[in-house]
Amino acid sequence: MRNPIRILGGILILGAVSCSPHLVRVKPYERGNLAREVMSAELDQLQKAMTEHAYFSREASSGGGGVGGGGCGCN
Amino acid sequence: MKTRILIALLGIGWLAPGAMALEVGDKMPALGGLLPGASIPGTSGKVVLVDFWASWCGPCKQSFPALNRLHDKYAAKGLVIIGIGVDDKAEDYKKFAGKMGAKFPLIHDAAHKAADKFAPPSMPTSYLIDRKGGIRHIHVGFKGAKTEAEYVAKIEALL
Repeated sequence: MRNPIRILGGILILGAVSCSPHLVRVKPYERGNLAREVMSAELDQLQKAMTEHAYFSREASSGGGGVGGGGCGCN
Repeated sequence: MKTRILIALLGIGWLAPGAMALEVGDKMPALGGLLPGASIPGTSGKVVLVDFWASWCGPCKQSFPALNRLHDKYAAKGLVIIGIGVDDKAEDYKKFAGKMGAKFPLIHDAAHKAADKFAPPSMPTSYLIDRKGGIRHIHVGFKGAKTEAEYVAKIEALL
């Protein structure tokens, strides 16, 4: 029977190592596929406009529903 | 004991930086070795602007007219602009390069050897190199006239 503290320590180390910056694989110059239109969160602009209109009419709020730019991370 | 050594090694591995990005003050790496087969203009004794771009990057598209203007204005005084495209597909690179009408040389970094070496933090990123081959400025992104004015000031200071 192995020491459970050691096993727990091992799990924690593995967890910490998985946070390593080495594992961030997609580099800024490899984002071609992420920048494709099909990768955008909202493909149907009309549907998006209607959903937002219904939302702000109902909730009396507007804006803050998204972030600028696409997936390429440019600028 | 073995466990402690293992923990120390993992710790070092976690803390060690990934690919070392080029920084201001570093020497420009020889482009010939990074872009085999490409015809690279002579950069010895020149002020060089190495610009990394991609066809899928909107600000890169906006930057081309500005880079052309810089080329027109300063090429005779000793500025060499080199545009390095990082597209995965050669056809995307060729199509975009054809549309942009760049007056300066464009090179396709298909294997990302140059991009891995320079490690640009975003697209586009440009490196301004002085006549001695040292990186003097790194410019990330392109924000229209503001960025162009910054380029002009920095290039004029180096020429």
